[in-house]
Amino acid sequence: MRIFSNTLRPYLGTVRASLTAALNLENFSSQIVERHNKPEIESKKSRELILQPLLITRTALEKVLIEPSVNSVRLSIKIKQADEIERILAHKFTRFMMMRAEGFVVLRRKAIEGYDISFLITNQQTEKLLKHKIVDFIIQFMEDVDKEISEMKLSLNARARIVAETYLTSFGN
Amino acid sequence: MSKPEVLPIDFAVPVTAYAFNADRSQLAVCPNSNVLQIYQKSANTWTLSAELKEHDKLITSVDWAPQSNRIVTCSQDRNAYVWTFQAGQWKPTLVLLRINRSATFVRWSPLENKFAVASGARAIAVCSFDPESDWWVAKHIKKPLRSTVLSLDWHPNNVLLVAGSADSRARVFSAYIKDVDSKPAPSVWGERLPFNTICGEYASPASGWIHSVSFTPSGNAIAFVSHDSNLSIIYPTGVDNPPSVFNVRLASLPHTSVTFLTEDSLIAAGHDCQPMLYRLINNNSWEFVKSLDDATGASQSNKASVAGRLNNTAFNAFKAADSMGATGGVTGVGAGDTVLTTVHQNTITSVRPFAGVPGNITHVSTAGRDGKIVIWDINSGGSGIAGLVKETSQMGL
Repeated sequence: MRIFSNTLRPYLGTVRASLTAALNLENFSSQIVERHNKPEIESKKSRELILQPLLITRTALEKVLIEPSVNSVRLSIKIKQADEIERILAHKFTRFMMMRAEGFVVLRRKAIEGYDISFLITNQQTEKLLKHKIVDFIIQFMEDVDKEISEMKLSLNARARIVAETYLTSFGN
Repeated sequence: MSKPEVLPIDFAVPVTAYAFNADRSQLAVCPNSNVLQIYQKSANTWTLSAELKEHDKLITSVDWAPQSNRIVTCSQDRNAYVWTFQAGQWKPTLVLLRINRSATFVRWSPLENKFAVASGARAIAVCSFDPESDWWVAKHIKKPLRSTVLSLDWHPNNVLLVAGSADSRARVFSAYIKDVDSKPAPSVWGERLPFNTICGEYASPASGWIHSVSFTPSGNAIAFVSHDSNLSIIYPTGVDNPPSVFNVRLASLPHTSVTFLTEDSLIAAGHDCQPMLYRLINNNSWEFVKSLDDATGASQSNKASVAGRLNNTAFNAFKAADSMGATGGVTGVGAGDTVLTTVHQNTITSVRPFAGVPGNITHVSTAGRDGKIVIWDINSGGSGIAGLVKETSQMGL
């Protein structure tokens, strides 16, 4: 059973709705380079093919940037990092996944500036996969990453406590 | 009322382009590749009868001329071919398009002596046959196109052409070719129509890319659908007067394809995976009437069939990635699995008339990225817009 905090549900709801609206892609061959077909949001060569980016913010520390274009959408997530431990954990966690990006199909190998993790969804992926399932996957990811990091933080603290106890008991005797 | 008929061919890959022949017994399909497949209908099955391999990149559009039984294809490799059926084989004829970017869309003119190819080279190539050298030659419409042309439609008089492009404009051009066409009768679009005359230029209401354009059966008005989720219908009233414009703001995601049924009704379909009927009400407003999909596609079929539909390799690969991402195990499906209740499970790429005479279409066909081709009775369907539902059994709330 998942218990949503008060602000998480509308936050994820907004991301879901915005992403559904943004993920209307088509196969679009480059009009700049002959016989090329590349994500317009990455090449950014034709201004008219890029749509207005959307920024969804939950707190100052947590936000999502959705950048749509004619044949690709880039979604970047800033994961909540309240203290130094969370910062380290988030960094390690996202790095672990981005190194295995091809296994995740829609994950970008490098996060864009100012964000922790980026997804690049192209028209090929919306053709192979069902669109609503991609949205489900992103939302699920956003839910799980927070849970994952707070769990890791708890176990890290617990471990630190055990280590400290063991260490200090040796002095007590 | 009849159920939509899903053709019993499972492409499992997006149908990027398709066309039926005149009596609807043959079907040309591009299954998201550089090969065009021809299917022949026999009783209740469709069998693959030919594969046309000449393009070396994705085929973006195909059109089948009903009277002369010729196929024209165009592709992202910048070429187009006209295929004629001779001695049991499809023979390609090269078209000298002279464009240097991908070709995006192709349609035969009503008299089938010309066709127009839209392209990413900010040009439309209007092609006619040159019997001396046995190839098709192109004349270009270039100005004032500013971006990739995404769709085209011919006026019934064989001369005018409407084009929708990614610079968010729909334009009506003259594609009059001197030795091929006879002089067109004056119409609402103008009287003297030399090649490349711009008879009208209309912007989409919120500057969205124009995905599809269509003339009415009489050719006296145009409709276009744009990425800003608008459907616009334009009635020109002579050259000097402002046109009367109807904009329908959609309650749904943008449409990608539009076709007229009669003078005052049309079908549009797109990212909401269902064809929708719009009608001119009381001669003063265009309104959404109904969706042809009664949205019982998933709820009537049991869950096994839903799973079967999703049970392709790509989906499984995706699912594997999903479970890899959810390192804590996938037990907590907090967001709930979303299920789409429509017949098409992914974006509809094209809607075309299937049965009936121009001006009174009774059936339309649609093709989608889910690899389905579906034939719809325009009397089918319910009233609302089908949408996404959460599968309650799995909701972990």
